[in-house]
Amino acid sequence: MSWNSAGEFFAMGGYAFYVWGSYAVAAVCIAGELWWLRHRARTLRSRPGLSRQP
Amino acid sequence: MAINIWKYASPQTFYPLAGKLAPWFLALAAVLAVVALYIGLLVAPTDFQQGNAYRIIFIHVAAAWMSMFIYLVMAFWCAVGFVMNTRLSFMMALALAPTGALFTFIALWTGALWGKPTWGTWWVWDARITSELILLFLYIGFLSLHAAIEDLRRADRTAALLALVGAINVPIIYYSVKWWNTLHQGASVSLTRAPSMASTMLVAMLIMSLAAWMYAIGASLLRVRLIIAERERGADWLEAGALP
Repeated sequence: MSWNSAGEFFAMGGYAFYVWGSYAVAAVCIAGELWWLRHRARTLRSRPGLSRQP
Repeated sequence: MAINIWKYASPQTFYPLAGKLAPWFLALAAVLAVVALYIGLLVAPTDFQQGNAYRIIFIHVAAAWMSMFIYLVMAFWCAVGFVMNTRLSFMMALALAPTGALFTFIALWTGALWGKPTWGTWWVWDARITSELILLFLYIGFLSLHAAIEDLRRADRTAALLALVGAINVPIIYYSVKWWNTLHQGASVSLTRAPSMASTMLVAMLIMSLAAWMYAIGASLLRVRLIIAERERGADWLEAGALP
């Protein structure tokens, strides 16, 4: 373990903004993609009479 | 017993298979990501030059590798589509593009956040960074070209041509740090020499890349199911119960 306290961990040696900014954006992107896939699947299912439309 | 892989070249048989596999890949991705985060953020030591800013590497490199790799896989499916005339290949290419664009964006974003504290700038028009930006435009161009053409067959083929021509950009990104004098550092990991980083850092980076790989497979399998379901609308086999 390379940290002495939780505070030290979150501070990232003064680079908190850059490190956590990177991880947060990556997490948001991935969550967003999964949400979007789910949304598309739901829209597809909810369309009435889907299986017989052109 | 031989498994007939050609059987799965048809959307009808691939559809349920993709549905079965996708959750496993996503679950594996989650487990690997947790392990990588644990090693990368908690176990790996602070870098003596960059302090803790270097910890961005675990996402940055994984995302950058995947951005290039997904593009190659996409171009591969486009080529297969042209040669074998298989509809599913074009659907695979179309399913991969958004995930590839996402990883390209993450690579550029984390690169900017890493560049500021280490180089003193968010952005430079350096060969590596510029060619990675072009990769993002190629993904977006592929998707918008496909969306702009009404006839699906023509859309598939025209966008595939763009994807194939654009594939030349991938080796340019990869070798840019060798061919030109770039601000971006050279490869940290290469097959021909020992890696220039501590082993815990390397392990975290490789596990994170594996997680990104599993995620990309899981997400594109989910998306190819949506594409199949949208395109095969009206087909007998696609009952309402089988929808994604």
